[in-house]
Amino acid sequence: MSSKANQEPLLHITKRRAMPWQAAWAVRIGSIVFALIICAIITMAATGLDPMSVYGTMLDGAFGSERKIWILGKETAVLLIIALAMAPAFRMKFWNLGGEGQVLIGALVTAAMMIYLGERLPNPILILLMFVAAVAAGALWAGIPAFFKAKWNTNETLFTLMMNYVAIQLVAYYIIIWESPKGSGKVGVINQATEAGWLPRIGDFQYLLNIIIVALVTIGIYIYLKYSKHGYEISVVGESQQTARYVGIKVDRVIIRTLLLSGAICGLCGFLMVSGTDHTITTTLAGGRGFIGVLVAWLAQFNPGAMVFASLLLTVLTRGASEISTIYGLNQSFGDILTGIILFCIIGSEFFINYRVHFRKGVGRRVDGGSKPAAVAETAGDDPAEKETGKEGADV
Amino acid sequence: MFDLIAFIPRAIVQGIPLLYGCTGETISEKAGSLNLGIPGVMYVGGICGVIGAFLYEQSCGGHVNGFLAITIPLLSCLLGSLLMGLLFAVLTVTLRANQNVVGLAMTTFGVGFGNFFGGSLIKLTGSDVPSIALSATSRYFSRGLPFAGDMGAFGKVFLSYGFLAYAAVIIAFITAYVLKKTRTGLHLRAVGENPATADAAGINITRYKYLSICIGCMIAGLGGLYYVMDYASGVWSNDAFGDRGWLAIALVIFTLWRPNIAVFASFLFGGLYILYLFIPTGTDLAVKELYKMLPYVVTIIVLILTGMRNKRENQPPESLGLPYFREDR
Amino acid sequence: MRGITKIFDGKVTANNNVDLDIYKGEILSLLGENGSGKTTLMNMLSGIYFPDRGQIYINGEPVTINSPREAYDHGIGMIHQHFKLVDVFTAAENIVLGLEEEGKLDLARVAEKIQKICDTYGFEVDPKKKIYDMSVSQKQTVEIVKVLYRGADILILDEPTAVLTPQETEKLFTVLRNMRSAGKAIVIITHKLHEVEAISDRVAVLRKGEYIGEMKTSETNAQEMTNMMVGREVALNIDRPAPVDPRPKIRVEDLTVRSSDGVLKLDDVSFTANSGEILGIAGISGCGQKELLEAIAGLQNVEKGSITYIHDDGSEESLLGKDPLQIASMGVSLSFVPEDRLGMGLVASMDLTDNMMLRSFRKGKSVFTDRKTPKKLAEKVVDELDVNTPGVSTPVRRLSGGNVQKVLVGREIASAPTVLLSAYIVRGLDINSSYTIYELLNLQKKNGVAVIYVGEDLDVLLELCDRILVLCSGRVSGIVDGVKADKNQVGLMMTRLGGGDTDEQ
Repeated sequence: MSSKANQEPLLHITKRRAMPWQAAWAVRIGSIVFALIICAIITMAATGLDPMSVYGTMLDGAFGSERKIWILGKETAVLLIIALAMAPAFRMKFWNLGGEGQVLIGALVTAAMMIYLGERLPNPILILLMFVAAVAAGALWAGIPAFFKAKWNTNETLFTLMMNYVAIQLVAYYIIIWESPKGSGKVGVINQATEAGWLPRIGDFQYLLNIIIVALVTIGIYIYLKYSKHGYEISVVGESQQTARYVGIKVDRVIIRTLLLSGAICGLCGFLMVSGTDHTITTTLAGGRGFIGVLVAWLAQFNPGAMVFASLLLTVLTRGASEISTIYGLNQSFGDILTGIILFCIIGSEFFINYRVHFRKGVGRRVDGGSKPAAVAETAGDDPAEKETGKEGADV
Repeated sequence: MFDLIAFIPRAIVQGIPLLYGCTGETISEKAGSLNLGIPGVMYVGGICGVIGAFLYEQSCGGHVNGFLAITIPLLSCLLGSLLMGLLFAVLTVTLRANQNVVGLAMTTFGVGFGNFFGGSLIKLTGSDVPSIALSATSRYFSRGLPFAGDMGAFGKVFLSYGFLAYAAVIIAFITAYVLKKTRTGLHLRAVGENPATADAAGINITRYKYLSICIGCMIAGLGGLYYVMDYASGVWSNDAFGDRGWLAIALVIFTLWRPNIAVFASFLFGGLYILYLFIPTGTDLAVKELYKMLPYVVTIIVLILTGMRNKRENQPPESLGLPYFREDR
Repeated sequence: MRGITKIFDGKVTANNNVDLDIYKGEILSLLGENGSGKTTLMNMLSGIYFPDRGQIYINGEPVTINSPREAYDHGIGMIHQHFKLVDVFTAAENIVLGLEEEGKLDLARVAEKIQKICDTYGFEVDPKKKIYDMSVSQKQTVEIVKVLYRGADILILDEPTAVLTPQETEKLFTVLRNMRSAGKAIVIITHKLHEVEAISDRVAVLRKGEYIGEMKTSETNAQEMTNMMVGREVALNIDRPAPVDPRPKIRVEDLTVRSSDGVLKLDDVSFTANSGEILGIAGISGCGQKELLEAIAGLQNVEKGSITYIHDDGSEESLLGKDPLQIASMGVSLSFVPEDRLGMGLVASMDLTDNMMLRSFRKGKSVFTDRKTPKKLAEKVVDELDVNTPGVSTPVRRLSGGNVQKVLVGREIASAPTVLLSAYIVRGLDINSSYTIYELLNLQKKNGVAVIYVGEDLDVLLELCDRILVLCSGRVSGIVDGVKADKNQVGLMMTRLGGGDTDEQ
């Protein structure tokens, strides 16, 4: 079709065929830099502090000591494994917003086995059982919505979302049953004396085993999505269900199978958190990371390598924000605001990767690829955010 | 014994924030935008109202003028939610970003925003408890009808609420009327069902999407304001609003995109939400946690049923969640 | 006759210097083969496209039409082949959609006005009925009323009868005649000759975007119109080697298929496709070609009939009710080049190698995909079919139409099929690429493959195919010998069952 727009508009937008990946990443990185500048301005407005020293403190909070680096690694690993769990489902265009619940169910089953079987089984067998049960529970939790999606095309976004709250209430129920000490509303450290069901630690490094396992999962998912037949089927189903049927792929079976995997990895995450690091369970165990994991997977465009960086970036922000909250007395939630602004910028910049903007004025100047449109992206995309936070910041 | 007279007003005040969120989300969804940022918007609406009220209470030094005490928080709330709406509209309509991703990011941002400024205000007041109380403002927001107290059970069930509660019901009915009976509503629904057809009929898709998102967000934001100023008696504490935003979104499906049904459905959900307080379970606190699961389980069942029963009126707007790009035709 | 004159002078690739007059109180048929630019021409009149050159006049005044809305303002309304209706709305709601009338929306008054229009022209619309509850012909009526409601004086109908039964068609024609008497100008886009004869006063013929001529319907006949529509015979010189040991490969009997909305797409279709032979399928687009191929490939629900595959050893097996995977596991190597290349045959965002894998990725016991063989295959296809691409790791979305088709055909042929189904295989391809494809098909034929070729260009069908099955509205109009068949005869068969001189419908 010729581009006969009805009224020759000033701006004409067309789809790009493709942008070279270098340019695309330049746009994304440009947008992050831009976001950091906005964040700096907001920080200054809200606190009157020198943004450079705030960023310095944030980096210090994330990387400042050996212990902080370990915590950073542990937290990144949690976010990363959730994002990895989401990746196959999203590849298939299935919106699994139930990561939170799938992690919690895995954690709940793990905790239950630690409590009830703690002293009855030898530790290796117990841990193995816990692992299997947690993975199965997570898979089941994701498999239920997947089944209904495959059979009756039930809206998966809200189904998975609601499953989160069912899981949260289940955990809340058991927390009261397992309360220790009674009336505290907490479970406390499980099997503190015997350490039954605790994952062994490697040398002196408490978090190392978790990080290694997540690293292995990262490689596994990378291989699964890129090289396995299943991964290939997932891509075909995600791109075009019609093509999938044309070559004889059973679409409903692929949906259920993929979600079982997605849930299983979340279950594994719950297992690692309870058995490996926390040794207790709370309703806020996942702490919103089920959602952030979705964003990480999406930002990384399903590339596990890029997911490592995206989850590291977001975790550094959160850790840094908790540091400034103690040093400058800022609120911990400041991190969420910064995260939000960075996300908005990156999301907005995708437009300039996928579309080309033509100006119809005069001879027809054309905005082309590269880093320049990134600047356009952010001014256009984040104006409201900027105005808003800026305004409210000034109010305080 | 189950105390119905005590239960109904509690269920209604629980339902009002859901009703605001649900009405707002319905308007947005009817024009094809699935806004998962509503939970964040409701936080922002709430905290902006709190900020406005806080600044006003601080500046007037105890002499609170009733009109200003209501107008200032109300306007700050609407402005904050409007800006969130604009953010969503710019990203999803103009920049054609994925609605789910933008929505989730907005919820993260909005909750963080609420908690950050909430926390900052709490610190400013130097209070010992992690909350901020705006009792002067709240008095105006939660004032029921003057003769409610004299009318016994009837007064308690129907007349004991603040004006925002009645406003929620009125807004929901007006929305239902506009969507169903007016030209604007017809065009709005056409945009959500089949933007290409609407475009061919000369309807400005971008304008309708922007308007529906922004108005939807402003209405949802009022839910946050109602929660703080009336339900919570002017006490803001971080994270107290909880998951109500998500329930509001679920309610949209439960009510099959009909705000007039939402009026009753929200009270039902409000009832399910607090049912655990009224079920005699003795000292077994644990079982109460299971009762709290009810609204979510009910939502899931409704989701499944609407999916199975393929009646066309009960399906989501056909282009829900999809960006519209004319040249894709 | 005083009144409306319009002069067109467009030059999009689809239309070249076309002049056309439309008169009040008259029905004009716009006749032409597929792709002759009829629809494009009318889209310019109704504001969908904007002409690059030329001028439109209404009542002698030059006008510009930028959008459908402006077309309405000039009294022009078009009923598209794909209805522009909102399914969950009622008829009345659809009819007033987009109108900015004064006052509040009063659907009762709208219903009255609709009833008045219906009474004037003699059709029935239930204003309260939802579109999704309506039959195709009812939907079409709503579209017509929508146009009349806006006060259109010039109505354009794009192949209005393509989706109607003969009885519904007759009803539509009655309405159109009533409108003519009321002084409306009506244009029907069509390629069905008997309809031209039945309804129109004048007929204008387009061919390959060029205006060929016009005449009074009463002064012409089917033969003359066909000649004008199809044009002189062009020598193409496509090879047609003699069939190699033709033996029945696929036998289709009494095949009946209905689309999901209940429209009869194939009606009692029976034929046999032989190995070592190219069976052409001719017909106006949308006459059931797509459904026929998809039914054989295991992608259509079949209402009744049978599809039998005959193995080389003579044993027979039914393909009915089997999905593509089950067909493959029967040892039947069936290749299919579908019409929608990027939506069905290929995955647009994947590169050449990954697209080569679509058919073969299951091979072998390993859980991992083997990318080496597909990569070699991709390289071979690029090399042999001369695909213009930066490399085998380029997403196919970025290739041009002809190259996309070469990738798809290359893959489908690579699996050494015994049956090759193809739909509009050279559509959008330049001459050289088309000839490459014809050679490939002939090569398959020599290898003993049963080739089924759905085509739209009659010249090619006649030069390439050994036998030609002509479909007309989902029914078999006849099967002719490709060597002896005459183009006009096939053309007539496409529009009338059997192609006889007397109208059988």
